[in-house]
Amino acid sequence: MSFISYLINGISLGSVYAIIALGYTMVYGIAKMLNFAHGDVIMVGAFTIFTAMGQANLPPAVAVLISIVVCTVLGVVIERIAYRPLRGTAPLAVLITAIGVSYFLQNVALLRFGANSKSFTSVVGVKPLSLANGELIITGETLVTIISGVVIVIVLTLFVRKTKPGQAMLAVSEDKDAAKLMGVNVNGTIALTFAIGSALAAIAGALLCSAYPSLSPYTGSMPGIKGFVAAVFGGIGSIPGAMIGGILLGVIEILSKAYISSQLADAIVFAVLIIVLLVKPTGILGRNINEKV
Amino acid sequence: MALLEVENLEVAYGVIKAIKGISFSVEEGEVIALIGANGAGKTTILHTITGLIPANKGQITFAGQNLNKTPGHKIVSMGMAHVPEGRRVFSQLTVYQNLKLGAYTRKNKSEIHESLKTVYKRFPRLEERKNQLAGTLSGGEQQMLAMGRALMSRPKLMLLDEPSMGLSPILVNEIFDIIKVLNENGTTILLVEQNAKKALMIADRAYVLETGTIALTGEASKLMDNDSVKKAYLGE
Repeated sequence: MSFISYLINGISLGSVYAIIALGYTMVYGIAKMLNFAHGDVIMVGAFTIFTAMGQANLPPAVAVLISIVVCTVLGVVIERIAYRPLRGTAPLAVLITAIGVSYFLQNVALLRFGANSKSFTSVVGVKPLSLANGELIITGETLVTIISGVVIVIVLTLFVRKTKPGQAMLAVSEDKDAAKLMGVNVNGTIALTFAIGSALAAIAGALLCSAYPSLSPYTGSMPGIKGFVAAVFGGIGSIPGAMIGGILLGVIEILSKAYISSQLADAIVFAVLIIVLLVKPTGILGRNINEKV
Repeated sequence: MALLEVENLEVAYGVIKAIKGISFSVEEGEVIALIGANGAGKTTILHTITGLIPANKGQITFAGQNLNKTPGHKIVSMGMAHVPEGRRVFSQLTVYQNLKLGAYTRKNKSEIHESLKTVYKRFPRLEERKNQLAGTLSGGEQQMLAMGRALMSRPKLMLLDEPSMGLSPILVNEIFDIIKVLNENGTTILLVEQNAKKALMIADRAYVLETGTIALTGEASKLMDNDSVKKAYLGE
């Protein structure tokens, strides 16, 4: 029974990674850049909830909503002032700027909230589920996280496939100039992608800190990196790939912690990544783009 | 007034001047050819007209509106469609999705459906392959898709950049026949071609470009008989 319980925890943690990975993968797919500040947007989202609930005494649902709005605006503003002016320049310049934005957000949080960990009150009010005569208990956080992950992937997939802005995203991701010739507002589409990615970061922050209730200015960095790894794992640019990569990563991490060593868990996760990339450099669902001239 | 009017256009890539003060016009209903060797600046001119690259100097007026300050993505809804060099179809999307993107700026669903039917009628191959990924099409089919995609915006003016590039002679003839039919049905055409002979055969007027300036202009039939054109571009 404990194996099943570990597995479910792994899937839950993996769903958080998947939601983070979706932000990475969409931004990469469309703007062709790695937004290394993505993890820190998660942290800003979590602090927003922390402040809204702790100081303004708002109900959790309202706090989460505010956090989504704050992160969405933050994502769009970061794109507008830090990344857009660099579009068309060397990819390294954009990458370094993203790292700069990451440190900037961490240090602003450090100034405002200090370096000590805060204890985060869970936003999930769902009761734990008791199965198999109480031998298997699934927490409300776990349930909500897994359901959120599934819903988000389905909604995003439908959005990209069925809506006009979704089709515009696919067009921009393949060929910005050709998309422009179709009348697609490329800058607007990229801004929309950042908005969606950052809103997802807010949700990830709420879920992550509810399951692991400690919050500091560095809370976002490790999950951010894991989300990035999950995106690469699944095949960067692919929405179902991010989901699969995230869940695999979470399951491997939790099972390694349970059966091998909790110190080595991260090392094992990254070792698996290296092996996957050696065998299939584009990730699990990544496709090779054959260009026909 | 001309449908498209380009006056004293100058375009530079960094310090290198690609277009050095060019003026030309396209009247409604015409087929205009821009011919010239590789690097003469033909593609640059088209890219500047549709806002993919900025002009350094000069004026571009389309249907009475100044395009210099118009963002690139607004131009297609004004009635100008650009079929870029190398087709640039969205290879990861299906033929149908590509065509739908061509109508991206249009709202009326039943009218879009009408246009889709018209495009399928003109290019039956596209209907046969509507659920196929565009990247799996042959070069000729991709050219048809690129043209069909442009037609989905119901353009008054169509800019065609090297439509014959990389196609077999039979397909080249087919594509040029289609261009003629499109023009007869009321679409004004601005055609950029290295295949000068073919271009001059269907064009009303032509401009001969040489390293960023217009060397010659006139009626296409007269340019065909021009000795220097014959020597330089028609291989006679």
